[in-house]
Amino acid sequence: MKNKLLLIVIFYFFLKPGISYSLVEIDITRGNLDPLPISVSPFFSDEISKEKIKKNLEIDNLGLEISKVIENNLRKTGLFDTLDKESFLQKPDIAHLKPRFEDWALIKSQVLVTGKVSSKIINNKDYIKIEFKLWDVLGAKMVDGFSLTTVPTNWRRVGHKISDKIYERLTGESGYFDTRIIYVAEEGPKTQRVKKLAIMDQDGFNTKYLTLGNELVLTPRFNPTNQMVTYLSYFRNMPRVYLLNIETGKQEVVGDFPGMTFAPRFSPDGKKIIMSLAKDGNSEIWVRNLETNIQEKLTDHPSIDTSPSYSPDGKYITFNSDRSGYQQIYVMRSDGSKVKRISFGKGIYGTPVWSPRGDLIAFTKLHKGKFFIGVMRTDGTGERLLTENFYQEAPSWSPNGRIIIFYRETKTDDKGQGFSAKLWSIDLTGYNERLVKTETDASDPSWSSLLGN
Amino acid sequence: MVKFIIFYEGAKMNLSKILKNAFLVIIFGLIVTACATKKSVKTTTETSSTTTKAADTKAAETQKADPIEKLDALMQGDVYIGSDTVGELASGVPDRVFFATNETILTTASRETLRKQAAWLRQNSDVTVVVEGHADERGTREYNLALGERRANAAKDYLMTYGVSSDRIKVLSYGKERPVDSGSNPLSWSKNRRSVTVKAN
Repeated sequence: MKNKLLLIVIFYFFLKPGISYSLVEIDITRGNLDPLPISVSPFFSDEISKEKIKKNLEIDNLGLEISKVIENNLRKTGLFDTLDKESFLQKPDIAHLKPRFEDWALIKSQVLVTGKVSSKIINNKDYIKIEFKLWDVLGAKMVDGFSLTTVPTNWRRVGHKISDKIYERLTGESGYFDTRIIYVAEEGPKTQRVKKLAIMDQDGFNTKYLTLGNELVLTPRFNPTNQMVTYLSYFRNMPRVYLLNIETGKQEVVGDFPGMTFAPRFSPDGKKIIMSLAKDGNSEIWVRNLETNIQEKLTDHPSIDTSPSYSPDGKYITFNSDRSGYQQIYVMRSDGSKVKRISFGKGIYGTPVWSPRGDLIAFTKLHKGKFFIGVMRTDGTGERLLTENFYQEAPSWSPNGRIIIFYRETKTDDKGQGFSAKLWSIDLTGYNERLVKTETDASDPSWSSLLGN
Repeated sequence: MVKFIIFYEGAKMNLSKILKNAFLVIIFGLIVTACATKKSVKTTTETSSTTTKAADTKAAETQKADPIEKLDALMQGDVYIGSDTVGELASGVPDRVFFATNETILTTASRETLRKQAAWLRQNSDVTVVVEGHADERGTREYNLALGERRANAAKDYLMTYGVSSDRIKVLSYGKERPVDSGSNPLSWSKNRRSVTVKAN
């Protein structure tokens, strides 16, 4: 009965190299009504490795911590029910060699994750080697697994890579765990907010601040092909679009424009930046090629044209314009031709962002004093509002197009107190709305692509 | 018929005793919101001869109408016309003008303010200024940056019309980033939709 809702499809499984067959599969096209029960056994280590890792990282049981990273990732998708480790009957080391499937079936686990962490020395340097296996409990088979070796400090990323593998294997879609989120960290009273660029792992760990807060910074966005970021800085009170290499910390202004440049976003190939230039009371959309340094104006209209975003194939740009009198969403070819309005619902529409899958555009809508985050097809049909609040905007897609992250601000009380800005995420289905925890208040999130190796 | 008229200048609250408790509650609400603007409130009640009975039946209606009447004193349409937050560019020369929601049109009062600014700037020809454009928090960040730039330029253009040369005026949009009033209500928002002329040297 319970499986009927979730649609766990069972196929016969043949293990052949390079070909993947799924035994357990999750249908994620609908809201999660019945999450898949999964057990993540603590990864085990031999005593020598344990000692060595403890010395390196000051973590007593790294295998347990890695299993918690995985559990946390999977649980937050809303698609998995991660079972309590207290209920596990089999020891981690034995389970990793050959699980007693009956023991895992007994606690109603359908999937089991096991693993092993060992220390290694390569060229006199300490490394850790992590093995992981994914088991189908009902099919009584191992369905996936890998091992990788890395520097000890990379251990959380290993947890994310394993999570991605599990997610891909069980949903058929690519994962989004080994990713980062760049955002604007905010502090101080509403009238004098101090804003810094900050970056963190997708699960909220490893927060780093990239600017000091001396100048106002806004709207950071990742290059989809590397670890470059474009954002707006008020450096020397000249609001301009900047480019930042988050590995070297090097920053440079983008182009030489005679006015404020803002609302930057990379092209899908990472070689161009589209943005708005505001001059003499008029904002137009421009594109600058970072390789040739050629910049070109794409719109030509006395209205405000801003918030441009490329389609994933780079052929189209969606943006918002108030040329009809109010902010609405438009689509044009990436050379600026064939401008077409696509939003016709009640209210005003802003911040269109093209889904990485290409079929949807996420947006912010203001209607009757409420702010909505929604999605529509690229021709404007099929509008679906996912969440409603006092104030929220700036949707950004997870790299697999599954989740939208945005920020939400609270209404202040009669004395103007109680303001806060936080990141939130919601599934494309409109389910699984979650607060994304950050060290400080936060806004303007942008999700990176999957990190490489 | 009972009507509340609220003045925002000095003085203490003066309350007619014939009012029923229901009205006290409403007035208390008004005081609380008015206090948020950091001004003391004077509330007078004009009562016609048939007071309390009519008052009871009208209670619900009045409750709805009151905030609007309160705002009438400080907003025209939704443009702020009060003096809270307004500073001076020079003695007797207000530093800012206010805008309607999503608008960049200068009101009659705004034009008067800007003419004063232009006159002063013509007399003080060594002064350069930055016109800062701002929007309220009820819009998306990027659109508001553009809107702030448009507002600042509306003010700049008017100053230029009245003889201030363009090289003396820089514009700087802050969008919704620098509100002067942190409230989340129409009055606060009206104070934040502004362009402010600031001396740059």
